[in-house]
Amino acid sequence: MGMTMTQKILAAHCGEKHVEAGQIIQANIDLVLGNDITTPVAINEFNKSGCSCVYDQNKVVFVMDHFTPNKDIKAAEQSKQIRDFAKDKGIVNCFDVGEMGVEHALLPERGMVICGDLVIGADSHTCTYGALGAFSTGVGSTDMAAGMATGKVWLKVPSAIKFNLTGQLNKNVYGKDVILHILGLIGVDGALYKSMEFAGDGVASLSISDRLCIANMAIECGAKNGIFPVDEKTLEYVRARSNREPVVYEADPDAVYERVIDIDLSTVKQTVAFPHLPENARTFDDIPDIPIDQVVIGSCTNGRLEDLVIAADILRGKKVAKGVRCIVIPATQKIYLDAMEMGLLRDFVEAGCAVSTPTCGPCLGGHMGVLAKGERCVATTNRNFVGRMGHPESEVYLASPAVAAASALAGKIAPAE
Amino acid sequence: MLTKGTVIKYGDNVDTDVIIPARYLNTSDEKELASHCMEDIDKTFVTRVKPGDIMVAGTNFGCGSSREHAPLAIKTSGIACVVAKSFARIFYRNAINIGLPIIECDTDAIDEGDTLEIDFDKGELKNLTKNTTSTFAPFPPFLQDIIKAGGLLKSIGGQK
Repeated sequence: MGMTMTQKILAAHCGEKHVEAGQIIQANIDLVLGNDITTPVAINEFNKSGCSCVYDQNKVVFVMDHFTPNKDIKAAEQSKQIRDFAKDKGIVNCFDVGEMGVEHALLPERGMVICGDLVIGADSHTCTYGALGAFSTGVGSTDMAAGMATGKVWLKVPSAIKFNLTGQLNKNVYGKDVILHILGLIGVDGALYKSMEFAGDGVASLSISDRLCIANMAIECGAKNGIFPVDEKTLEYVRARSNREPVVYEADPDAVYERVIDIDLSTVKQTVAFPHLPENARTFDDIPDIPIDQVVIGSCTNGRLEDLVIAADILRGKKVAKGVRCIVIPATQKIYLDAMEMGLLRDFVEAGCAVSTPTCGPCLGGHMGVLAKGERCVATTNRNFVGRMGHPESEVYLASPAVAAASALAGKIAPAE
Repeated sequence: MLTKGTVIKYGDNVDTDVIIPARYLNTSDEKELASHCMEDIDKTFVTRVKPGDIMVAGTNFGCGSSREHAPLAIKTSGIACVVAKSFARIFYRNAINIGLPIIECDTDAIDEGDTLEIDFDKGELKNLTKNTTSTFAPFPPFLQDIIKAGGLLKSIGGQK
């Protein structure tokens, strides 16, 4: 019986020729990641275990991105704990304010994850790197601590759903619309415990940025990972950023999938996920006038340079509607600098947007854009749960950077024209 | 292992943002986290939960963020076990890794306030209020070893 792409990467990382769905393996980790919320808990666990050093000082990464630049004293203490631990243990890659970015934008950008890697991260959106043909999945802090100590993680080999993509996206339709469309089809537990394996002729037309966005929200379907086949675009992307040789895995022709879902990309429309679940996907055929108070353009889902270009093209020379607060957050320092050099930051500021230093901040209701009772926000982020961005009675509508920018101008949820 | 307790029931897709809102994640203090457990969907939880109570829910319990603070807050609040139709995968492994017992089985016939008795070794769940018995699949041996060791880091003690 053939293996899926995910199963092949897992087999290679536990020294087996063959693994099958349901099998529990101890896999070798190429990289273990934590942020300023999850790492303190992992450090506490690590210290309790009696270990004195991490398994590889080059393969543990801390990114202080959630409550940074620190929003309050407690958050500052957490960052300090990480900084001190990193210094004490000789962790090479500890990204602090000034060099950090939103972790899942930062690691691909720096070439820290490439094709064929196995990455665990104490952050649910670690699944983002599947876009580059890596196996990556979110875990908890204790898993992170065990990973730091041993370089291994226990994993149950997942079965898979194959998404057979054909056609090409229409103008103003992006990766975000594709994943929201998929969430509408299969629901927030539609891929529970499984891999989402993307395949088909349609993949080639998707940019790496779109693939990163789609893989990023695999967790929103309950998936263990989302993964794309490696093609010339992937190899060009990783070779420009890493000296390591990419290892390319392909699904066997006779790989077994629990389900195959065909998606013609040309039929996907601009999509918005309504409160309070990412599966509440609607297209503009079915969206009434909904006035909004805030727009957030950023996050690990849609804070890359490509996303800012899309938003700036819509906002340039226009003004954000009176009464709407539009917050733009380049996901990394490099993206910030590139956006500055391209004049995008000027476009945003002239349109009446606030531009922030990189942070996850508002996505999780941390800081830099928390919502009051009854307020509505269109966000390019990934979750719209009750209270996700602030008050339990606030509302988050998930959308692409194009819809977010168009909505900021219109003062209501609006499609990009 | 045997546990008996009163049911506190919730619906489908209880996410980690409502189990412990991110605004409280500026600490890893378990008691402080527990004092805010469930507050965005149930402000009464922290005042009515008693040690040994059993949390029961529908599908996809614990979806969303990877925050281990979520099972930690539930465990520290006194909940002895979470029973749900299905669990989101990161919550599932976090619960095992920190030693919060969880059970996957049908929960439609269990109501708020019912008294449950759970025998983890036999894989048996008795609803003493409704006088019914159902069974659930035990964990695979590897996961049982982690649970018996008292959590993941204790179970890997020999490998460090």
